[in-house]
Amino acid sequence: MTRELWKGNEAIAEAAVRVGLEGYFGYPITPQNEILEWLSQRMPEVGRAFVQAESELGAINMVYGAACTGARVMTSSSSPGISLMQEGISYIAGTELPVVLIDVMRGGPGLGNIAPSQGDYSQICHGGGHGDYHPIVLAPASIQEAVDLVPLAFDLAEKYLNIAVILIDGSIGQMMEPVELPEMRPVVRKDYPWATNGAIGRKRRVLSSIYLEVSIEEEVNLRLLKRWEEIQKNEIRFKEYYLDDAEIAVIGFGTSGRVALSAVRAARSQGIKVGLFRPISVSPFPARQVAELAGRVKSILVVEMNAGQMLKDVQLAVGDRAPLEFYGRLGGVVPFPNEILGEIQRIAKQPPSLDGNPTQRWLARMTTPKK
Amino acid sequence: MATIVQLENLVYSRPAAFTDTPTHYCPGCTHGTAHRLIAEVLDEMKITDRTIGVAPVGCAVFAYNYMDTDFVEAAHGRAPAMATGIKRLLPDRVVFTYQGDGDLASIGMGEIVHAAARGENITVVFINNAIYGMTGGQMAPTTLPGMKTTSSPSGRDVELQGYPIRMAEMLATLDGAGYVVRRSLHDPKNIRLAKKAIRTAFEVQLHGLGFSMVELLSTCSTGWGVTPVESLGWLEQHMIPAFPLGDYKISPSVAAIKL
Amino acid sequence: MQTEIIIAGFGGQGVMFIGQVLAYAAMDKGKQVTWMPSYGPEMRGGTANCIVVIADEEIGSPLVENPPASIVMNLPSLDKYEPLIKPGGVLIVNASMVDRAAQRDDITTILIPANDIAEEIGDKRLANMVATGALLGCLDIMTVKDLEAALEAHMPGRHKHLLPKNFEALRKGTEFAKQAIKK
Repeated sequence: MTRELWKGNEAIAEAAVRVGLEGYFGYPITPQNEILEWLSQRMPEVGRAFVQAESELGAINMVYGAACTGARVMTSSSSPGISLMQEGISYIAGTELPVVLIDVMRGGPGLGNIAPSQGDYSQICHGGGHGDYHPIVLAPASIQEAVDLVPLAFDLAEKYLNIAVILIDGSIGQMMEPVELPEMRPVVRKDYPWATNGAIGRKRRVLSSIYLEVSIEEEVNLRLLKRWEEIQKNEIRFKEYYLDDAEIAVIGFGTSGRVALSAVRAARSQGIKVGLFRPISVSPFPARQVAELAGRVKSILVVEMNAGQMLKDVQLAVGDRAPLEFYGRLGGVVPFPNEILGEIQRIAKQPPSLDGNPTQRWLARMTTPKK
Repeated sequence: MATIVQLENLVYSRPAAFTDTPTHYCPGCTHGTAHRLIAEVLDEMKITDRTIGVAPVGCAVFAYNYMDTDFVEAAHGRAPAMATGIKRLLPDRVVFTYQGDGDLASIGMGEIVHAAARGENITVVFINNAIYGMTGGQMAPTTLPGMKTTSSPSGRDVELQGYPIRMAEMLATLDGAGYVVRRSLHDPKNIRLAKKAIRTAFEVQLHGLGFSMVELLSTCSTGWGVTPVESLGWLEQHMIPAFPLGDYKISPSVAAIKL
Repeated sequence: MQTEIIIAGFGGQGVMFIGQVLAYAAMDKGKQVTWMPSYGPEMRGGTANCIVVIADEEIGSPLVENPPASIVMNLPSLDKYEPLIKPGGVLIVNASMVDRAAQRDDITTILIPANDIAEEIGDKRLANMVATGALLGCLDIMTVKDLEAALEAHMPGRHKHLLPKNFEALRKGTEFAKQAIKK
């Protein structure tokens, strides 16, 4: 195996090329520009389509059109750009097309900043666009994992005719790690029975998200939901660390998950029985596994780089099986392991109760002046 | 009567590129005329089976029901972006958008300008009837000064609501545009000229000569609150002075192609 | 085993490159490694930094609050990172760009005139490699040989003629650090 040092954004872009990306359409926004830049050179080099669009609106709708041809297509952006793309994401979902989207999250709301954040969890996992649809969202914590999820994202998108999102933050986009990339594969354009690629020798096809007859639109919605049920059944992914004998479980995804890993190890070295559950598919969320985990630990700490967006999914899964605590950093701040270690120590000393609201307790701690 | 169906007497029939579907357009609307011209051109060029249309949001939202080509339905204003995506993946196919003035000149201004600037090899048929038809006759970016609409009930006040946008003139300034003309659908002579322009626009695409657009001055008797016949006169009298007919961009390479 | 190193200085001093060379060398030795840069507008003209984490197992946080080792190439970086070094840690200071003494007495501080040594070698751009050599002289994670091999393996072909001077810079930096520790 040959490992090479790759920057996250570039590794993801190159992985997409190697697994047969045929069209990329994007718009510059930090901290994901290296994806656009890498593909601006690579795609023409291998004779594939690349367009720097006039806006994220343009980009997502170019991807929408390109997906209609049945080709493997992708776009990428960062939080404010994703907000702008939500219109197109909803249309793509309504048209039932396979599209891969890379979201390299940054601090917000608004223009915010370009620092790493996880503030897009809600807008990506739970809509953002109008209507009832569910993107498949994969949240890697390392560059190798991100690279490995690229072919999977395409496969899932194509299998379920669904949007698949790789959700990372600026730090994974910008950092470098040793990576083994997939081999270059030949492009195989699938002959989908729905692709609008010219009605040569066949009946014409129409791709649309418009269903004026409400009963038919309801049927489409039900079909999407049945498909989502399948996805929930088949496509749960997560990683567990030190959970066998754990009394405290930390739950975090992506960068906050890997930062928590350092804290868990430090706590273990102090004799605290703590482990880490790191969801990789955050949508579908591993609710059953988290519920089961809640049944065998004394308390759960959720760590995020937002104000508890995934926490709500954890709360739904956990119910009153275990008391919850939350620790979040906001606005582009990445927590240091010591901060999370402090939370673990606090919980180990005084286990939280089932009463009250973990978000309120966290907010009170965050806004109380330190002694 | 029987003789009329004999081939030598046949002067008018449904183009093959039309589906057997009655349109939903209001009586007297020129959308039907524009659709027919496109279908006739597709027939003549024998490109129906390799053409992919992009329908807009607006009155022509159901354009995909009427033409016998593959079709996709875009979000409001985004047809040129969607067409870009399709054409870049399928360069040997013919891709066209069909857009109204609200779609193209208001919400989709960014997409159309940049598709033209990039010289995308797509063809745009732009229906300018100076009003939002589908949503109930509101002021469009092409509504004339003083013109009454449901959102400019006292007439478009340029002090408050600005001036109409001349898209053909604007897009003609872009180097990526190969062919940009304005025609009208208010009488047979102009309809024939419009068809010729649509033919040329598709030829431009087949020759790979960049972005092509035919702006068609059209009527909306319902939105304008006049009879269909009156609407034709109204178009000639009021719209043509504001939106002069003519060729705004014929690039040297387009001028060189023989039709 | 895990070691974290923060490298900081002005843009153009080659601090990102130091981190990358360390990361390449660690990777080639079969280690886990992360290289995390500061990014965005602060790259342009201001102080840049990167953090390298080298470990035997899957790396958790790519960021550290209190690294055991740091190279600071200018005064603002010294001011920022000196207080953060873990007690018992190592601080390499580019003395050519700093007009004050180090303040911590619970860490090993090497004040090395990296720019001057680089100019003696014949290229002031080598100050970063001099400082890197000094770090290797104090820190038992990798040898000068490991870094030389990494440079050899990963430097683009058009820069290969620069290798001998880079090697010299690494060695001079290491020697300087070893002498300084002895004193």
